[in-house]
Amino acid sequence: MFNPSFPPWLWIPCPKYHLSSSHKVEGPEYEANHYDFHIVYSPSYRVPVLYFRSYYSDGQPLSLSEIEKDLPGYSAELLLESKWTFITQEEHPYLNRPWYKLHPCGTRDWMKLLLSDTYTSSNKNFIEQYLVSWFSVVGQVVGLKTSLEMLNIVG
Amino acid sequence: MSEAQKYVWKGSIPLQIHLHESEVTTLPPPPPALVLAPRIGYLPLLISLLKPHFSTTLPPGVDTIWYIPTGVLFDLLCMEPERPWNLTVHFRGYPSNLLLPCEGEDSVKWSFINSLKEAAYVITGNCKNIMNMSQTDQVDLWGSVLNGNLESYSRVSSKLKLETFEDEYTENIDSASTKSQQSTGDAEAAGQVKTSRIPVRLYLWTVNDNFDDFEDAPVIDNWDKVSYINRPVEIHKEDGKYFSLSNAVKRLLPEYFPESSFANEGDANINQSAEEEGENSCDPESSGHTVEIAEIKCVRIQGIEPSLEIPFSWVVNNLMNPEYFLHMCVCLKVSEANAMQ
Repeated sequence: MFNPSFPPWLWIPCPKYHLSSSHKVEGPEYEANHYDFHIVYSPSYRVPVLYFRSYYSDGQPLSLSEIEKDLPGYSAELLLESKWTFITQEEHPYLNRPWYKLHPCGTRDWMKLLLSDTYTSSNKNFIEQYLVSWFSVVGQVVGLKTSLEMLNIVG
Repeated sequence: MSEAQKYVWKGSIPLQIHLHESEVTTLPPPPPALVLAPRIGYLPLLISLLKPHFSTTLPPGVDTIWYIPTGVLFDLLCMEPERPWNLTVHFRGYPSNLLLPCEGEDSVKWSFINSLKEAAYVITGNCKNIMNMSQTDQVDLWGSVLNGNLESYSRVSSKLKLETFEDEYTENIDSASTKSQQSTGDAEAAGQVKTSRIPVRLYLWTVNDNFDDFEDAPVIDNWDKVSYINRPVEIHKEDGKYFSLSNAVKRLLPEYFPESSFANEGDANINQSAEEEGENSCDPESSGHTVEIAEIKCVRIQGIEPSLEIPFSWVVNNLMNPEYFLHMCVCLKVSEANAMQ
């Protein structure tokens, strides 16, 4: 259910399932910057975490300052203020390669706010609704939109 | 502060650091640097010792697996301990697709702080005590780690209130039994089972060969052969239940030990499990029993291989790293047919 959006999210078989998607962003000089996004479950924080990496069309990785230009304005500001605790480069838990990670330590609290009045965990679609709600916040941090198809399913 | 903690904090590894031949710009090449590196420290922090030895023109950063404590790297990469541990320094040809870049001490410090936040979240359910740490305490805490100062560290870290276990195994028999009776009453009155979550960073290495001595073990020649993940151990404190290191490892790896559960007390003893399985081989009920697909060959923590029967609470209270993660290097023997990697 989380999948009907563009670009499509895919389940990747590995010791623990995670979702991934590729996204293309037109850079200021009209060269495409490519982004891969992975949603990985964190056993420590017990919430989903967004990992991403980015590269030019020739495969060269983008530097953090280049990524900053692709972020929405408020995220770029926050990155300047909280360099070490907002988006940092860490090893992807399953790929053992450097990826960027959005720090998840506040996720549980704001997800409680989002879900508290609407759903209970006995709801059959709780997991899908959780993930769509989570994405509606986290996606904005990196400039991804929540598609109408996702909203229709939740509604 | 226990005797074991003092030993852990004093733990160090002799390193012999060579300059890679492609970096040598003088004849004869400089002799290797001999350094005693703290186990609980991080490799990039040694740069201040290396500069005067090799050259003042060294670049500011060291590119290595810098966010893992030195002692853990040694435990993983030298299964048969190599003394001194030979390391080679490179400054060009940095493999940016394989290794995280390190921007000097700040990178290491913030990696430490972020790990501490994660550990705090595991233990207490939030990071507030870390986020609200005063600047002074943060500087003192990090300084304690830099300088290997356990007294200073204990003073600051006690403010974080990150208790994991009451230390049950240092009390005498009489007070233990009295306490046991009291807590039984408490449990009945409250109708609750207390749950602890322990921050664990698990480094897993699987082999399918038989070997008795690590001299015969296959060498970890590729970092991708090690998989590691932060995965908490969740423990319910119940009177009379004994939770061993072996139990903890099996709960961390349900994909290899599917039968491990709170109720399965047979897990407490590997030999006992094997014997029971043998004894019950004719029992119709056990014919459907799932067979464990892996065997624990080795668990190494802070350079020692504790008995698998040791109480997990002792391991946690005494062998944790300063950022409140227990780093466990686990070697599993997996039968070839069932190997997942």
